Amino acid sequence: MTEVIKLEEVHKVYHTGEVDVHAVCGVSLQIMPGEFVAIMGASGSGKSTMMNVIGCLDRPTEGRYFLDGVDVSHLDRDELAAIRNKKLGFVFQGFNLLSRTSALENVELPMLYTHDHITSIQQRDLALHALEVVGLSDRADHYPNQLSGGQQQRVAIARALVNSPAVLLADEPTGNLDTRTSVEVMGVFQKLNDEGITIVMVTHELDIASYTKRNIIMRDGVVVNDVLVQKRLVAEVELRKLQQAHQAVKLSS
Amino acid sequence: MRIAATLRLALRALRRNKLRSTLTALGIIIGVSAVIAMVGIGTGAKSQVEAQIASLGQNVILVFSGNFSSSGARSGWGGAGTMTVDDADAIAREVPGVVGVSPEVRDRQQVLANGLNWNTQILGEGPDYLDIRDWPLADGAMFTEQDVRSTAKVCIVGKTIVAQLFPNEDPVGQIIRIRNIPFKILGVLTPKGLSVMNTDQDDVMIVPYTSEMKRVSKRTNLSMITIQAASPAVSDSLQRGVSDLLRQRHRLGQGRDDDFTIRGQQEIADAATATTRVMTMLLASIACVSLVVGGIGIMNIMLVSVTERTREIGIRMAVGAHGRDILLQFLIEAITLSSLGGVIGILLGVGAAKLLSAVAGWPTLISVSSITVAFLFSAAVGVFFGFYPARKASNLDPIEALRYE
Repeated sequence: MTEVIKLEEVHKVYHTGEVDVHAVCGVSLQIMPGEFVAIMGASGSGKSTMMNVIGCLDRPTEGRYFLDGVDVSHLDRDELAAIRNKKLGFVFQGFNLLSRTSALENVELPMLYTHDHITSIQQRDLALHALEVVGLSDRADHYPNQLSGGQQQRVAIARALVNSPAVLLADEPTGNLDTRTSVEVMGVFQKLNDEGITIVMVTHELDIASYTKRNIIMRDGVVVNDVLVQKRLVAEVELRKLQQAHQAVKLSS
Repeated sequence: MRIAATLRLALRALRRNKLRSTLTALGIIIGVSAVIAMVGIGTGAKSQVEAQIASLGQNVILVFSGNFSSSGARSGWGGAGTMTVDDADAIAREVPGVVGVSPEVRDRQQVLANGLNWNTQILGEGPDYLDIRDWPLADGAMFTEQDVRSTAKVCIVGKTIVAQLFPNEDPVGQIIRIRNIPFKILGVLTPKGLSVMNTDQDDVMIVPYTSEMKRVSKRTNLSMITIQAASPAVSDSLQRGVSDLLRQRHRLGQGRDDDFTIRGQQEIADAATATTRVMTMLLASIACVSLVVGGIGIMNIMLVSVTERTREIGIRMAVGAHGRDILLQFLIEAITLSSLGGVIGILLGVGAAKLLSAVAGWPTLISVSSITVAFLFSAAVGVFFGFYPARKASNLDPIEALRYE
């Protein structure tokens, strides 16, 4: 089995004014298909830059990056856009759904930019299927402002899934959500991972990271720790615990 | 991305900001409707003048007695009184390419018939006059060469005279009096409408020029000579031939001004349309300025829109939109805006032109080509002024755009 993500000595330097900022200094790592990885670190650790490079939004200054066996380190803007469209799915902290556009149309968005020919009926079916996977098929016609934060994030996950990407990338996906909703969203990720989807997530919350299978900890642009999660949390169990705790509070008061 | 999907996207984006879209399109609407209305009025006036010119007859050349301006003083047509019947005969005889010649004397007289009276234009003409002017009779017959030689008291009348003096009866065969001299009506002319000079061409009474000169006005010179050339091709050489002949006959030496003026049909047409053309050009160019201003309005709003929707652009790019997808999206939005403005402008312009012709009585003519040009021009305004904002949008960095608040 080949790595779905393979970084070789990746550097990223930003030239801002007179000072060069060395955001990532020589990171090498491999992620295999089916993994569920959390990249962790404090702000300024270089994890966001790593995410941009892995997400093909940015090119490494030095080193090579293979995504699904293809060297994408030297592709131009349009080639990167095509790679993002076919091989990557993005989930953002701020959901980043198009406002005044229905959930279904938001999910259809990546297919608008796919250059294979699919009919609009096929697009609709694929989008509805993706919404079903995240458990929102009954909300297809709702607009983002009619959905809760957790539901919006699930629409965003459906959008990320719709083109069957090689990797799902999530940038602080629970950053804007309360504890309970965070656990729900992590449950969706765990379910998808169980079905074999590779997920890479950036987070600074340790408890969120313990829902994943592997934690990569970064500091000052280098990987300082790369460990498999020992006591992995299961979203379903945690959700039940939360419910019980909630009821206990109700009973006691 | 497919064009149909992009178009839907553009329409939705424009619908979201209805008031803003309407105000932005207003510049184009005003510009296009002004162009359509102005060009409509201009073409209408031009076609009216052309119809009047055509009513002169085919390949007609007019020779007026007296120059329009000699030594700074401008005499009216026929003012100098230097042309004679012999001049007309000489032209018919000696200048090659002449098909018909009609000497003309003009006069205004009070005419009487049926106990009614009317002041009208008396034209003394040759028998070929109606053929030259391509002016058929509605009823009766034209006087003949014989009538001209015998200074016969016969005439042909226009429709206005019939309406004024013979409201209820057939005028042919009736008697009409000029200065108490009875003239027998031989025929009635078909109506011809207004002339180039906006005079009623039907308010006329045509008599043999000999009769007019000897019996009515007692004058010996002609007001003008109407000549018909064989074809438009010989028109120039014919004008030169007439000029040479008349200068020779009038004994005008080198360096002396002509005492006559020759006008071809085209020159008359040009003179008559010059004013309207200048006015139309002027108004249309003001309208074009408004189109440009409208275009700048579109550019302005598109720039605002690109800034407002930076995040949307970032999302689209993140999920795989190429630069040209974004470019196309905003360009089509701008073109849709300007084309819709164009369509509304065309409708308003046509409406305004129709209203003007109904209320003010101006002739207007809206051609398909002016509508097509106006529409294409408004679309082109969208392309031209939409390109820069669209390009700006397509060049955004997806990381920056996603972070934009």
